[in-house]
Amino acid sequence: MSAPVVEARGIGKVFGTGDAETEALRGIDLEIAGGDFVSLIGPSGCGKSTLLRLIGDLVSPTSGTLVVNGKEPGQARLDRDYGIVFQSATLLDWRSVQKNVELPLEIMGFPDAERPTRAREMLDLVQLGGFADHHPWQLSGGMQQRVAIARALAFRPALLLMDEPFGALDEMTREAMQQEVLRVWGETGTSVVFVTHSIPEAVFLSTRVVVMSARPGQISDEIVVDLPPKRDLDTREAPRYFELVIEVREALRHGESGSRES
Amino acid sequence: MTERDDQIQETSITDVFASFEGDVPASGRRSSPARLVRRYLPAVFAFVAVLLVWEGLTRLFGVESFVLSKPSEILNSFSETLGVIWGAGMRTLFEAAGGFVIGTSLAVLTSLAAAHWVGFRQGVLPLAIVLNATPIAALAPIFNNWFGLTNPFSKMAVVAVVVYFPVMINTTRGLLEVDPAELELMRSLAASPSEVTRRIRIPRALPYFFSSLKVASVLSLIAAIISEYFGGPQDVLGQYIVNRAQLFQFPDAWAAILVASILGVVFYLLILAAERWLMPWHVSFRTND
Repeated sequence: MSAPVVEARGIGKVFGTGDAETEALRGIDLEIAGGDFVSLIGPSGCGKSTLLRLIGDLVSPTSGTLVVNGKEPGQARLDRDYGIVFQSATLLDWRSVQKNVELPLEIMGFPDAERPTRAREMLDLVQLGGFADHHPWQLSGGMQQRVAIARALAFRPALLLMDEPFGALDEMTREAMQQEVLRVWGETGTSVVFVTHSIPEAVFLSTRVVVMSARPGQISDEIVVDLPPKRDLDTREAPRYFELVIEVREALRHGESGSRES
Repeated sequence: MTERDDQIQETSITDVFASFEGDVPASGRRSSPARLVRRYLPAVFAFVAVLLVWEGLTRLFGVESFVLSKPSEILNSFSETLGVIWGAGMRTLFEAAGGFVIGTSLAVLTSLAAAHWVGFRQGVLPLAIVLNATPIAALAPIFNNWFGLTNPFSKMAVVAVVVYFPVMINTTRGLLEVDPAELELMRSLAASPSEVTRRIRIPRALPYFFSSLKVASVLSLIAAIISEYFGGPQDVLGQYIVNRAQLFQFPDAWAAILVASILGVVFYLLILAAERWLMPWHVSFRTND
């Protein structure tokens, strides 16, 4: 196991003040090793997206310590240690597909000559090599999301954060995208933190599933996915896969009833 | 409230032109002559029909020329006085275009400042909205006094003020109304505020900016002509219209108004062309292929 890319100790997050105060997260301890694929799963309102955004320094924790890639989250963001993919692709309409992938490279001051080469490499990686000159609105939802993945990986970050990236896609596209993400993950060696509310998705993709419960958001369980690293259609039909799906489902149920009692 | 009447007015104007352009299949962009005819035929037909009805009714009821001149009289006067009214039109256009450029430039600078500094925005925008409610053409006599009756800049100043507010208010809104997800993306990339302005805010503001320019192009000619009514050189459209009307030469006055409306339409179409050229990506210009 390599050095952890994410280390959270006793993280708490409270939104608002006074009567409007909401405790989104409490006592989060989490360690993500380099090269891991970790899914955060839980009911809506369990703070899984908030936890992801804390790692990305898009929000700041109220308490606890958080180390990302060996530094403060803010520093990690400034050093561009992570790329992020949101639920909506958030592509810029006025840029071609290739120029969208070049956006981070432009901001980071990559030399003019290097940017197109890099962008094309990334588009090849997500199998959109033929669409470089298209505009985002000419692509399907799944293709747009692949452009967003190419953009997030264009500067080769150590960490890829994905916030329900396939939530808006239909089931068929979704499964194809999962396969795609696994392939990209295998080829780049990036660590991935993946927020989802789909149990099969979490099991299929991850090396580890972190199960969360709501009000306040806490980690209720962690399940190591001991499926073979190479995953395909057969994986989705393997008995062990179903066992793990049931295990995650049980953990979610347990977490839910646990939080209701408290 | 930042909602403005201009926005509504603007939409209706754009819709009129959109109806010229809309409902055309993607291939229609590379228009064949037959397609062009089919597209513009209804408009041409309506235009001719209005002229014919106008002519017919004024003849039928023997309406006097000083009440409402006949289209035939107006066209006659138009062709006879074209040299004079076209020259007057050009001088009026010079005032309108000069004021348009000055007003738009100042508006854009203000908008960028307002987008950048929250304090500036909170102080200046409400003031601008209040000032915008003032009928600005009423400033014309004062500007004539400030800059000199014969100085075209006194008219340009009125135009500039008239143009300034809609452009400034709309552009500021465009710069600020950015998708929060895009801002978050830029934050994740540790982009500086000026990067955000350059790469997100300005492209996002362009549609608002052009909407306001379309309103402003029409307003600028109105403002120039109205401020000419308050005095100044005689060889401009506003003064020409006043003079011919005083001499009961109403077809001449109408012919000058026709020149003004032709200039207005051309100005508007120029803005439309610039819009297409600068933001071909915009949803209203998209083709399906």
